[in-house]
Formats: sequence, structure tokens, C-alpha cells
Amino acid sequence: MTQPRTLYDKLVDSHTVRRLDEEGRQVLLYVDRTVLNEYTSPQAFTGLREAGRDVFRPRSAIAVVDHVNSTRPDRDALRADRANDAQMSYLQKNCDDFGIELFDLFHSQQGIEHVVMPELGLALPGMVIAAGDSHTTTYGAFGSLGFGIGTSDIEHFLATQTLVYTRLRNMRVEVDGALPVGVTAKDIIMAVVRQLGADGARGYAVEFAGSAIGNLSIEGRMTVCNMAVECGARGAVIAPDEKTFSYLADKPRAPRGALLEKALTAWQSLRTDPGAAFDAYVEIDAAAIAPMVTWGTSPDQAAPVTDVIPDPAHETNDARRRDAERALDYMGLAPGTRLRDIAIDRAFIGSCTNARLEDLRAAATVLQGRKVAPGVAAAVVPGSSEVRRRAEAEGIDRIFIDAGFEWRQSGCSMCLAMNDDVVAPGERCASSTNRNFEGRQGAGARTHLMSPAMVAAAAVAGRLCDVRSMEASHAG
Amino acid sequence: MRAEPFTRKSGVMAALPAANIDTDVIMPKTFLKGIDRSGLDRGLFHDLRFDENENPRPDFVLNRPPWNEASFLVTGANFGCGSSREHAVWGLRQFGIGAIVAPSFAGIFFDNCARNGLLAIEASDSQVGILIEHAQAGVGEVTIDLETQTIATPERSFHFDIDERRKTMLLNGLDAVGMTLQWRDEIETFQSRYLADHDWLA
Ligand code: SF4
Repeated sequence: MTQPRTLYDKLVDSHTVRRLDEEGRQVLLYVDRTVLNEYTSPQAFTGLREAGRDVFRPRSAIAVVDHVNSTRPDRDALRADRANDAQMSYLQKNCDDFGIELFDLFHSQQGIEHVVMPELGLALPGMVIAAGDSHTTTYGAFGSLGFGIGTSDIEHFLATQTLVYTRLRNMRVEVDGALPVGVTAKDIIMAVVRQLGADGARGYAVEFAGSAIGNLSIEGRMTVCNMAVECGARGAVIAPDEKTFSYLADKPRAPRGALLEKALTAWQSLRTDPGAAFDAYVEIDAAAIAPMVTWGTSPDQAAPVTDVIPDPAHETNDARRRDAERALDYMGLAPGTRLRDIAIDRAFIGSCTNARLEDLRAAATVLQGRKVAPGVAAAVVPGSSEVRRRAEAEGIDRIFIDAGFEWRQSGCSMCLAMNDDVVAPGERCASSTNRNFEGRQGAGARTHLMSPAMVAAAAVAGRLCDVRSMEASHAG
Repeated sequence: MRAEPFTRKSGVMAALPAANIDTDVIMPKTFLKGIDRSGLDRGLFHDLRFDENENPRPDFVLNRPPWNEASFLVTGANFGCGSSREHAVWGLRQFGIGAIVAPSFAGIFFDNCARNGLLAIEASDSQVGILIEHAQAGVGEVTIDLETQTIATPERSFHFDIDERRKTMLLNGLDAVGMTLQWRDEIETFQSRYLADHDWLA
């Protein structure tokens, strides 16, 4: 009898080319696919060129321009920046020379890498996807194993189709129960990150399960898996189900017809066997989750929006106390302050975490018939050009524009501020992104992470705000 | 690419005693705009090291002697969390850092270190505590010997663990891609069978 295995272990086993040690803890792992961007790939291609090596399987890679491009309506705006231009031009040259499909700035399917891949149907159940970006964990939403790699490993993958991989331990995070109104996938993962800590899942692959995960849309599941890396997980998986299969049904590059039939049969077995053991278990009650916001400079420094800022003096762990003091100093905040009293200068809806159509719809529902508070600069950057078009077809762009949001082109934008979308020093931003690190949105920028609906509510209120109170007042 | 080998090294150790020091802090985005690896020593901890006018901040440890010449760092848990940017490791190498000791490292960063001849050592909290104290005192060199897996201050020495493959790679500065390509036939055989079984991916 074969041992019952977790979904993660099945994914690793089915991609093991050879074991590199006796126990199979280190393996040579076959990788199905990658997506390349303009800023972590250049040195990998230079490495290939210098060694005179070729790309093993060019069609297993696509490339996108997303991190450095301008998101101004005039897409060419940042071509004037010579450094950004050099990265985009070099990506173009590498794709031409090595035969890789490129979604450049003017391609109709351009967008953030982790939004574009699923939208094209390139992230499929059962795959291993490794890419030069930590949020590659997103693809776990399809029952595939996605994880981030550095530039040397991009080069290794391009040249060999494999990676030298160390097997992770298994953690199961079970989220059961009904999510309260106004609470979203983002709040689930923020609550998980808060509970586990910024390194709580380091060394683990996390399988998310439970009724609350099952009830999420595929887009919501992507949000959850995307941010699993913020608690250190280098892989997050959710077993595929009917929702997954129907999501893929109309995606342009997903299999069809007889191939799809065959794939579906294989995909049914992509689940953890009954009785398979995990190394760690976490249970979360969905009904107890409230809309979350961060108050510090690490994604685990978060709290329900109804709370006050915790007092570091009550922290018994010395290191954590110092970290919290430092974070509050950077954030310009005092312990005991009600989170809902924190005034903001900016509101940003974007990123691979929360800029898909469902996210924009959720924010638009809050913004309908309302205005951004005076003094707040608000912008929405759709996750892809496709999301942007679809939103426009639904009239969502009008709701944002009428409310006072800027409606921009697609890219990473203010998620990491590598282009000209930057939060000024000392400015405070309500943001639907994934990292509130010091300087992430600009030197001295103060970031509060939250769901897209919560960003919309904050934009209207001019301060952090419980979206549930806003929905109530609107109805009444 | 071939990494520079690491065998044994002595030098000053600087302490950054905070947990979760992320790659945005280690290498801010303004330094990610190159298509090569140059100029990253300036970017290392840039916003902590330099003020708005690009003047060194006198209170930051890597700006103060003897730590401005540091060869090693000792730091808190989960060092290198956040983005996958290998620029963080390249910057540390260019600044002259040969090894980092911490209770734990973030996964991608840990792998990136090994690929670039930077020795990342996971040590116990108490060992890290002792090294932080030693580093902050600013007297006496530290010697890290990979062959014997020891970290030694003038007063004491510790053993550290490292997995065999990583150790071999670091000691020899091997070309990882070249090593894997010795299995090229095996990879091709695997791929043909895999794509035949999963023909919707072919
Ligand atoms: S949106 Fe942000 S997190 Fe996502 S790929 Fe872009 S920079 Fe990275």
C-alpha cells in the first residue's frame, strides 16, 4: 500500500527528475512554466549568453513588462527614463534572441505577471511554476505549486528546465465557517499572517482548506495564496474543484476538447489523500474574522479595524517589542490610537494581490454614489489590460472616476513604486497591496494594507474606516 | 554563473539586531533598475546608510569604524524576507559581506545566498545573542571556517550545521547550471515521458 500523501507531496513527486540525496529531501525538480519580468531576469539572460547556453524549452516561458512601466494613460510616458527603458529593451532583445513570447507595454494582454498568467489559462492544476517573483505562490489557487526564485535560479531553470529543490514541510491551514458580510479573502489571509507571524510558515508549503476557502471564488483563492508568502510560506496550494475547472473553461490558452477531458481526469486526483499527515495544523474560524488593517511595517503587524494600536510595552518578547516600537516610530503612530482615527493622504487599489475584476467590483460597490474625501489622492491601477477593458465594459471605470479616483493603465505601480507612482515621504496610504515594508511605496511612505473595499471606504472617509459601517449607512 | 568559493574568512562582524529585515530595506528599489549587477554596494541598506542628501548617517552601524569594513553580519530571525530580488545578495557581496549569521533566513534569500558564494548560517538564538554582543563590542575579529563548520571569536567558538550539497557548492564555487547539465539526458527523458502523460501541456 502506498502511503497517503499531501497534495504538495504529490506535486513534488510527480516533478522529481532525480533525487539528490538518499531521503529525497533534495531533488532535481522539473518545472513546467515560468513568467519573466524586466527587472529580475536581465542578469539571468546575460549569464546564459556568457556561458553560450540556450533556453531548454522556450515555450515554457512567457515574459511581461509590469514592474517599471508607467501607468499613466499615455503608456509611453516613462520611456524617457533611460534605466527603465534599458530593462524593457533588454527584455525585448532576450525574448527575440531566445524565442520567448513577450507581452510588452503595448500588448493587449499586458499586465502584472500573476494576473496575466491565470487570465491566459497558463497556470493549470498539477503544474510546478517557478518565477523570479516571491508572489508566484499565487498559482496555488489552481492546485499547482508556485514559488519564487532568484535570478541565478531563473538562469538555472532557463538552461535546464529544472531547479535544485529542497522539499518543504507540510502545513494545513483550515478556515471553516461563513465569512461575515464585508469580510473578504484579503482579510482571511491577513488574519492568517497575523496569527502565524511573518515567518510562521517559513520552511512550509501551506495547504489551505476548509469551507471558507471552498466558498471563495478563484480570484479570492489567488489573493489568499498570493499573500501566503508574507508568513514565509514558499508554496501554497488549494485542491482544485469544479470552480477551478469552470474558471479555466474559457481561458484562451487552457486545454479544450479531448485534451481537456483527459486533463480533467488527471486533475481530479490532485487532492490530499485521506489520512495524510501534516507537520503542522492551524485552524481559523472564518466567522470571527473582521476587516483587517496593518498598523506597522511588517504584514503581520495587523489588527481588526475596530481595534486600537497595540502598546509595545505589553509585548513580552523583547525582539518583537523593539520591532513594534520601531514600526510605530516609522509609521508616526502612538499606541492606543483607534485605527479608525488614522487619517490618510492616499488610497491605492492595485497589485497582484487585489486588482482583478472582482476586487475592482468590490471597491466600486462601496464608491457608487460617493466621493473621495477632500485632500485624499486616490488611484486605481487594474491588474491587467484585460481587467481594465472588462471593467470599462461594465462601467466600473465611471464609478471610480466619478468618485474622484484616477483610472490608470496596468502595472505593479505603487505596490513597489519602481516607476513614477510613488507615495511621498511621510504620506500615509491605504493600500490593497501586500507589503507595508519601510520604504516599499516610496522612501518614508507609510502604508496600511487592507482589502480593496476597505481602501475604497478609507478613501471616502479620509481615514481608516470599517467598510461595514459604510455599507450600513448607505443602505439606510 | 560560477560563484566565488568560500573556505575560511576572518574579519569584523556587524550586528543588525532586528527580526524580519526585508529585501526592500536591504536593497531599495531605486537600485533595481540595472541590467547588470553593478553599483549595488551603494544600494546596500541605502535608506538606513544615507540621508535624503546622500550623506552617510553617522549613527548607522555600517558607517562607523570598525564595522564599515565588516566581513560578516549577525542579525535577527527571518532575515531577507520579502521579494525575490537577488540584488540584495549581490549588494551584500559587493559591500564585502562573506557570511551572515541569523536564527533563520527567508527561503528565497537563503537559496540566493548559496548561489552567490554568500554563506548563510542558521544558529541558535543564544549563539546569535552572544555574537551580537561580541559584534557590538567592536573588538576582536571573527573567523568563520566552512570546512570545519565553526564560527570563532577570540573568546569562544561554535559549530554550525549546513547541508552537504550547499557546503560543497560553497567550498568549490561550482557552476550550478553546469552541474545540472550533466543530467541533461535524464531531464530530456523525464520531459518526454511527462509531456506524453500530460499531453495538454505539450
Ligand atoms: S504587484 Fe507588487 S507584489 Fe505583485 S508582482 Fe508586482 S510588485 Fe510584485
